Amino acid sequence: MPDMIHLLIDGEPCSVPRGTSIAAAIMISGKPVLRHSVAGEPRGPVCGMGICFECRVTVNGVPHIRSCMTTCEPGIEIRTT
Amino acid sequence: MSVSPQHDVVVVGGGPAGLAAAVCAAESGAHTLLIDNNARLGGQIWRAGLDESREDEFAKWQQRVQSAGVSILAGVQVVDHPGPGVLLGENAHGPQVIHYGRLVLATGARERFLPFPGWTLPNVVGVGGLQALVKTGLPIRGKRVAIAGAGPLLLAVADHLRKQGADVVLIAEQTSWDTLATFAIGLLRSPGKLKQAFAIKKGLAGVPYRTSCWPIGARGADAVRQVDFHGLFGRFTVDCDYLACGFHLVPNTELAHLIGCEKLGNFIAVDALQQTSVKNVYCAGEPTGIGGLEAALYEGQIAGFCAAQNEPKARELFPERQRHRAFTARVERTFSLRPELRQLCTDDTIVCRCEDVNFARLRSESNWRSAKLLTRCGMGPCQGRICGPITEYLFDWHHESVRPPVFPSTVETMATEIEQAKES
Amino acid sequence: MPNTYDIAIIGAGIVGAACAAECAAEGLNVVVIERDCVGGGATAAGMGHIVVMDDSEAQFALTHYSQNLWRELRAELPPEVEYQDTGTIWVAADEEEMREVHRKHEYYAQRGVPTEILDAAALAEAEPNLRPGLAGGLLVPEDGVLYPPAAAKFLLRDSHSIELLIGRSVTQLKPGELRLNDGTKVVAGSIVNASGALSPELTPGLAVVRRKGHLVITDRYPGYVRHQLVELDYLKSAHSLTADTVAFNVQPRQTGQLLIGSSRQYGAEHSSIDRQIVTAMIRRACEYIQGLGKLQAIRTWTGFRAATPDKLPIIGPAIGPEGVYIATGHEGLGITTSLATAKLLIDQIVERESAIPIAPYLPGRFATEHTHA
Repeated sequence: MPDMIHLLIDGEPCSVPRGTSIAAAIMISGKPVLRHSVAGEPRGPVCGMGICFECRVTVNGVPHIRSCMTTCEPGIEIRTT
Repeated sequence: MSVSPQHDVVVVGGGPAGLAAAVCAAESGAHTLLIDNNARLGGQIWRAGLDESREDEFAKWQQRVQSAGVSILAGVQVVDHPGPGVLLGENAHGPQVIHYGRLVLATGARERFLPFPGWTLPNVVGVGGLQALVKTGLPIRGKRVAIAGAGPLLLAVADHLRKQGADVVLIAEQTSWDTLATFAIGLLRSPGKLKQAFAIKKGLAGVPYRTSCWPIGARGADAVRQVDFHGLFGRFTVDCDYLACGFHLVPNTELAHLIGCEKLGNFIAVDALQQTSVKNVYCAGEPTGIGGLEAALYEGQIAGFCAAQNEPKARELFPERQRHRAFTARVERTFSLRPELRQLCTDDTIVCRCEDVNFARLRSESNWRSAKLLTRCGMGPCQGRICGPITEYLFDWHHESVRPPVFPSTVETMATEIEQAKES
Repeated sequence: MPNTYDIAIIGAGIVGAACAAECAAEGLNVVVIERDCVGGGATAAGMGHIVVMDDSEAQFALTHYSQNLWRELRAELPPEVEYQDTGTIWVAADEEEMREVHRKHEYYAQRGVPTEILDAAALAEAEPNLRPGLAGGLLVPEDGVLYPPAAAKFLLRDSHSIELLIGRSVTQLKPGELRLNDGTKVVAGSIVNASGALSPELTPGLAVVRRKGHLVITDRYPGYVRHQLVELDYLKSAHSLTADTVAFNVQPRQTGQLLIGSSRQYGAEHSSIDRQIVTAMIRRACEYIQGLGKLQAIRTWTGFRAATPDKLPIIGPAIGPEGVYIATGHEGLGITTSLATAKLLIDQIVERESAIPIAPYLPGRFATEHTHA
């Protein structure tokens, strides 16, 4: 049984295996939409390597975190935008 | 702020070229530092998976990195080159000032995306992008994945995803069958590659593989559900959970460009010793030409030896590098992009994703600079890394000069005071 | 057969564009010659702050007149110009600066410009991200911001009366005639040199020097800052005629990005980033805005303002050659004063009285003959 991490995504509790990226965690929780573009279109991760900036979410109140480059830590609060 | 003690050799990039360079520099006696923006080394092709399993080849290099005593700075993004001998990076803790005697740039490559209607829908991702997401925890078992675009990456990723239990419903390669056949015959010259190709082909038995085929529209509400393709026998539609789409690779040359390294076309110009036009700065791997793993390893080793002033060892590897560079040229020719890919956009297809600038607004501009000023295309956080290659392909626009930060950084990192290293 | 126009304007920056629009509105036939792209010089590099300034009566008269013109034009401006009534807050760090706030308030009150004095509490409420311990400020609610390149493009929209020659430069300027680098000859009743920092190339002897500036732009943080925020010392910075200076000047863009300025350098010739200047500029801004250091910076860039010895632009007939006019030297106020510049210019071309006295801006005030290339 993999070591699981517990965190909050838009206020909902979620558990993912240790080492999972925040982007993957959000997608695991059933949300393909991580944020909205400047014109309000739904967006999700694209490049997976921290270059396109489409995967940005707010983590523990800090905006513009690239979720594909950030590993989940226990207890973090993620907000999609 | 953290200031690293000066290292004889600093390598930027922990993928195959960078690992090879760091190992060879350190084994030659140079005090060596390896920097990578990821917490784990390996770059893209050797990215760590959740289950900790790694390619054998990576494990060997990692072992040598440790034995040779290479210092590692992981999770650090280089954002500026304030002057000769100094790099400015940053991580979660703040700015990192790094002094070097000689620098090896092994900054790798990124995917080229091309726009088509619906390409901005969630779950339309890059080919390497989906691979990276899966390796960092995205479950793919039982999910329907369509893979499209151009290049050897399509098959390699399809194979990997299949092994993870994905239902690969289609592989759509824009290159034509006869061009691919010529390439495949050419692989006879590279037994290693041929073996790889057969293994992949075997792993993908049963998966529809279409050539001269490319996506023309992705449809869905909050995420992609269906993708329309143009194929040899007309249009057809595929249902899928993910569309992984990428059109070959683009070199990450921004840092080298900022430093002042001359380019040859879109790549960094290097001599036989992997030296750039800037004294004490070397470059290896994809930024000198998209050539894949073996070319990167040989270029990296040569750059590492030369940066550590161990030229004789470097020269021993010239023949191997030459062989693999020939492969690089063949790959580039084979997977060159077809003109039809310029015709996929409609007026409201988004071209600049950061600023939501659509095709219609860009079409009426005449060059990158005026497009940027008037539409803000390229002014977003990706700094033109996504839309630059797109507009180059669609309109033949060329990117202008690079300014710091070469990657977004915190405002305070931009205000770091740098003490210039003494002349060595 | 040379191309013939009523007016030939050199430079498609905000000033050239405004002059073109005004000449076209007067029914004249205009050509605008631009070596790079529309709004590509200081117009692209600057902040787009529409601001009244009280450094001198002449500066006040011009900025006030022009700001009113922008406010009248506002309804016609398309969305990409991003005009917003952010207002300005001149921030006072201490009691001495608060006295300056009171002086400005009086000055503007006497001249019909609405302003409001903010004490420390009111300042904190207006801008929660300013650091505590500041003394207060002066709010100027009618100041605004816009995106200059889009404004320049908008001003050139009358394609019926305005012809644009982009990517060509002027190699020879004679009364009534211009030669371009591709050999084209342009014949015009009047010629306007609106080429900004480059203007002395075509009008040798013109009292314009280049003053380099830097800016940094952040990612989007909507609401982090609500007004254009400027330190009162800004005026001291703009005053210095010799030293390199930085001053706190931060603008919220409609996109939610923060534009961080400002810097001024004399004698800097290269457009490359001067890291020491950027460092000083950012540190100054961080002394005012909390948490600014932790925001994401996406880009930095530079530009060259056209600066004159008395900090007023040069608007009017060149000394010597017939039919050649100058419209440049706007330093950091080009966007604001572009519309009024155009009015003063057309008034002089058609020989009618202007809404404000023109003497302070006339080329003749420097008493040097202008030769031409």
